[in-house]
Amino acid sequence: MVFEKIREMLAEKIDCEKETILPETKFTDVGIDSLDVTELVMNLEDEFGVEIGMDASIETVADLVAKIERKLEAKNAASGS
Amino acid sequence: MSFYIAGTGSYVPEKVLTNDELAKMVDTSDEWITQRVGVKERRVCTTETTGDIACRAAERALQNAGVAPDELDLIIAATISADMASPSLGCIIERGIGASCMAFDVSAACSGFIFALDVAAGYFARGMVKTALVVGAERMSRLIDWNDRSTCVIFGDGAGAAILRAGDGYIDSTFTVRGGDDVIRIPNFAGTSPFYKVETPPPYIYMNGQETFKFAVNAIVSDVSRIMEKNNLTASDVSYIIPHQANSRIVELAQRRLGLPPELFYVNIERYGNTSAASIPIALDELNRSGRLSRGDKIILSAFGGGLANAACLIIW
Repeated sequence: MVFEKIREMLAEKIDCEKETILPETKFTDVGIDSLDVTELVMNLEDEFGVEIGMDASIETVADLVAKIERKLEAKNAASGS
Repeated sequence: MSFYIAGTGSYVPEKVLTNDELAKMVDTSDEWITQRVGVKERRVCTTETTGDIACRAAERALQNAGVAPDELDLIIAATISADMASPSLGCIIERGIGASCMAFDVSAACSGFIFALDVAAGYFARGMVKTALVVGAERMSRLIDWNDRSTCVIFGDGAGAAILRAGDGYIDSTFTVRGGDDVIRIPNFAGTSPFYKVETPPPYIYMNGQETFKFAVNAIVSDVSRIMEKNNLTASDVSYIIPHQANSRIVELAQRRLGLPPELFYVNIERYGNTSAASIPIALDELNRSGRLSRGDKIILSAFGGGLANAACLIIW
């Protein structure tokens, strides 16, 4: 779910086929700089209702997926669902 | 009773530092800086002090308002880069322009000018002052690690000032302070104590760029929408939104998220870089002197910075 959403958002941003975006895709390799990543994170925060701290560890699509999934698990655990 | 802005002034040091010159000092390029920050050149002090540039901006504001220095009842300076820990920059300005009144500083980093306007509004509300001078002045070049390419390309030096007179032009304001020094800090310590056991940090400005970007965009979006909603304003009611000039991409993303027309946002970062508390009064002075403001215009000022502190206000020109 998270991966698919990131794929969609990223494909729209860089205007490519979403199938070309893989978990190991590095943001810098597809012309996405650190501020673009931050914008992507802000859109994902709105989408999933979580807050994500920014640090240098978000290099690949998989890094971002993992960060959001951890936040979602914590959120679901807190709400008991 | 609050105030209206009777005149503005600004001053930037003569030395222009271009991106190409910076690229000779650190590993960067005009293309990188332009694309990431939106700055083409900035001004840096060579012999001027923060007090010098603050006084020149203040003198220009006095002249623009037709106010004599001895008419001032209050001077508030917003700065994080005063020349001295004491006396305050406000006191230096007072002597420099030949005024004789209460003077002090407000420290709220890049949001300092709006905090200072709000403090001044309190003095007007209590009827304690009739005419006030508010100055935002910064010599950021002395707080920067000039070997750190991630921060030295962003900032610049400059000063902006406004003369306030009793009136009803300060309509609304909003302030938010998160607290803490984890995202932005400038340790800037001076001196040592033989008793202090803790290692002192590097004195220079530190910023978590991505966290700052997110905070800044969210600050503009929430503050501007709060001010517009509370005062029943649509885009066509507002003449200008003057955001703190920190990074053109912050302004662009905030503008898109707010769904407001880009031309509503005044941006001059390409010429000055981020001048902290001076950026908004410099921009206001440019708009004023280029004849783009008419009495009755509604203007929103929106700032964000270290603290983390963000603020916005609605003024009627």
